[in-house]
This record gives sequence, structure tokens and C-alpha cells, in this order.
Amino acid sequence: MQNQLIPVFILGKKYYVPRGSTFITAMEHVGFKLKKGVGCREGFCGACASLYRLDAEYKLHGGLGCQTVVQPNMQIVQIPFTPVPKVIYNLESIKPDPNVFVAHYPELYRCLSCNTCTKICPQELQVMDFVQATIRGDFALAANLSFDCIMCGLCSARCPSEIAQFNVALLARRIFGKYLVEKGSWLQHRKDEIASGKFDDGYKELVRSSSDQIMKRYYERKIDFDTT
Amino acid sequence: MTKIPYFPGCTLKTKARNFEKSALASTGLLGIELTELPRWNCCGAVYPLTSDDLMQCVASVGNLIRVQEMNQTGMVSNEYRLVVLCSMCLNVLKRSHKRMIEQNEQLKKINEFMYLEKEPYKGNVTVVHLLELLKEHGFEKIRDAVKKPLSGLRVSPYYGCALLRPREVGIDDPENPKIQEELLSTLGATVVDNPLKLRCCGSYQTVRDKQLVINLAYDILSRAQDAGAEAISTSCPLCSFNIDNRQKEIIKNHSEFKPLPVFYFTQLMTVAFGLSQEHCGFEQNHIDPQQLLKDKGVL
Repeated sequence: MQNQLIPVFILGKKYYVPRGSTFITAMEHVGFKLKKGVGCREGFCGACASLYRLDAEYKLHGGLGCQTVVQPNMQIVQIPFTPVPKVIYNLESIKPDPNVFVAHYPELYRCLSCNTCTKICPQELQVMDFVQATIRGDFALAANLSFDCIMCGLCSARCPSEIAQFNVALLARRIFGKYLVEKGSWLQHRKDEIASGKFDDGYKELVRSSSDQIMKRYYERKIDFDTT
Repeated sequence: MTKIPYFPGCTLKTKARNFEKSALASTGLLGIELTELPRWNCCGAVYPLTSDDLMQCVASVGNLIRVQEMNQTGMVSNEYRLVVLCSMCLNVLKRSHKRMIEQNEQLKKINEFMYLEKEPYKGNVTVVHLLELLKEHGFEKIRDAVKKPLSGLRVSPYYGCALLRPREVGIDDPENPKIQEELLSTLGATVVDNPLKLRCCGSYQTVRDKQLVINLAYDILSRAQDAGAEAISTSCPLCSFNIDNRQKEIIKNHSEFKPLPVFYFTQLMTVAFGLSQEHCGFEQNHIDPQQLLKDKGVL
């Protein structure tokens, strides 16, 4: 299995790479030394945004270089960065009002609802839907739909209306988190417990324990997920 | 309750929440349940000015497909009418639909482009304005629902452009419409005719050339006042912005101008049906109409 090499086109040039490689490992296999366009290698940081086409198909796809496995005759290229306007705002003084989006990203209203952003998203998010949610000031919907956005920039690169979808959604999430989300009571409850000294004895005991004792306690612990 | 697909549009969720609230409350009383489209997007705002610009129809077609989906999932039962409140949204949606059923090539192309949709647009949706729906429902039934007739309230209907033009999508005669007049009489109001009821309010010029809109609004409103109107009835959030909100600028230009309350027709329905004022959302009307309604004994 490891000896099987398949052809892929990197930046238009044909190479042979091990079957099962991702874009990143394929490129490194043939000698590319990546400084940009690579990051966590775990599908979380959004650095390795890439475009690809499958053998003889016209459709253009977006994917993460560290997650997408190469197919024979795939054509791949990295888009390590998409330039977008970055608007500076002060979260303390911003108002959770629908107008906040047009005030900071007026080009947002050029949205044609064409779904091009949704089509290219490597995370398969409903990008157009959260953009439309920001257009009508629905912070909660925008925040929830864009939760898994890793800010890779492909949506903005492809958008015919030149919107920075991921920056707009980030603003929505920031405002939602700061002003609109229902605050849980558990944090304060735990802080009160700590202040009352509930954990003092247990903590002192742990500090006094040897590393063997701690390891034993760790591996023998009862795992109890209380999701209430 | 009859469930009918309903497209709100962006403005009805923000600046014109009063329009939506009053519409839902008053139609609810009539046994009509306006059921919001799941996952809708902007209507498209402006219908493309060139015949080969297909991209600008994508937004509308997406919403029309949602109506099909509502029938598939059982949100509504064999109901392909789509009710719209905003005149501008009606205009774009109706014209886009018309293009799809008249130009098969364009329909095929757009369906191909919108490949992420679960199904293509089949051209079977009828876009209707709430006023048309109410007329079809029957003005006699509306009269039966009136608890507080708007007696003595002299209202002048304002139509603007998008509701009546172009002729192929207009909901009434573009030279001599009668539908708002019929509704207002049914609610017990005294209808005052305004010769400028069909004059354009200036539409989106309001962001580019405010003075143009101020001048138009002044003409429209002062002619209505000359004819004896105490209030205006309208159906479009953009018209409402231009002739209601811009009154503060009219006063700067014409110090003798007296403010004239501008209602959405659904707000007048809500009051006439005796429903709670909270459904009217008067706090979003720029010229506060509450005193006028109190004077007429309906609030």
C-alpha cells in the first residue's frame, strides 16, 4: 500500500506521491518546504486553505491541505492568504444593534445570495445563510451557523461581491458572546464554592502527594460526565 | 387556520418590525397563518435592469424553491402561494418568477448554477401581496372582524411604484388603483384621495440624494393634507422611510409643514380589529400616530 504512487498536479506540474497523502504531505514528499499555508495540521487553524479540481472535472473545490486526501490526477494549489479589510472596533463600546454590520462592513449588502461562498467552504458550513443572518441582524443565527468557521478565507476569495464573510461572522460571534448569549450560572457557582473553601483540603492533599500517588489517583479516577 | 408561506424580507425583521407584527396579528385573527419560509435570504432588492443579468435573480429563485420545500416537508399543504408584505420584495420576487417561467433557457441555467439546492425551481409558485390575499379572502369577512371602526379617521392611501408597476406584476390598475381604498373603507375609515398617491417616493435615492426625496415627500404629503388627510396608509418600508422618517427634514425646509402620521395598512387593521396595541409597534413609526388614534376613540 505504501509503495503505491499516484500522479497529482501541484501548481500545474505533475508529481508522483504516495496514495493516501494529504495535500500537505504530498507537497512535502516531493520537496516543497512549507513556511506559509501550513499550521496545526489538524484541521483547526485554517492556514492550509487550498483549491483543487478532480481529474477532468470542471468543478472547483475548496479544501484544507492537511485534511484532503489526494486522488489520481487531482490538481491542487494552496491559497495561504486572502487579503480582506480588517476593521478595528472596540468591543466594549460597540452596540449589539443590526446596524453594526453595515457600519463596519458596508460591502456586506452587495450579497447576491449566489451561494458561491457555501460551495467553496472546506468546513461545509452554510456560509450564505450566516451572511444573510448578519444582513438582517440575527446575531444568534449568525453565531451558531458560523461556529465552526476556521477563517481560512476561501469564501472571501471567491465572493463576487468581495465580502469578507469570515470577518463579518467573527464580529457577530463576538457581539453575541459578549452581549447576547445567556450567561451560565455555573461559573459563579464554582467561584463561590472555591471561595467557601470547599476544595482547600483536597487541593492541599494533592500538593503533598508524590507523583506516583498522583498518577495512581489519575488512572483510577471515576469518570462521571454530568451534562446538566 | 390556513397556513400560507410567507416571505418577510430583511427590513421587516429590523426597521419595519411594526409592519410584520401587525400583519401577523391581524391575519391571525382572520384565520390566516402566515408561515415564515425556513432559511430565507434577501429577495434580491432590485430586479436586474438588463435581460442577460441572471445572477441577480438567484436570490429570488432560492426563496421560491423554499416554498416548494415547505410543501415537501409538510410545513404547508399543497400551498404554492407566497405572501409578501414589502412592495419592493414583491416586485423583485414576482418579476424573477415571471422570467423563470417565460425563459426556459434561463430557468435551466439558474437551476444548474444552484446545484446545492435539494430540488430545482419548477416555476409553480404564485407570489401574492397581502392586499391581494385579503381581497380574495373577502372584504365582508374583514368587515365582520372589525370591533373598533376607524370612523372619522381620514386616511389617504399611498401606493408608490413597486406595488403597481410594471403592469405585468402590478396588483391593481396602475392608473387608478382601488384595493387599499376598499380595505380602508371596510375598516370604517374615511378615504381621502391624493392625486399624488402614485408619485414615486424617491426609493433608494434616499441614500444618494436626500434632498430629492425630501422634495418628493413634501409634495406627496402636502397634497394629501390639502385634500383633508389626517394620515397616510402605505405598504412599503422604503416608502414609509421616505415619507415618514424624512418628515423631520421636511420641517427644516418648510417650517409651516404639519407632521402627518404614516401607517402600514396592517397597523390600521390591527387597531380596527381591537387587538392589543403591542402588535402595532408604534414606537417604530417616526411620526407618533397614537394621539391621533386616541382622538378618534380607537386606541
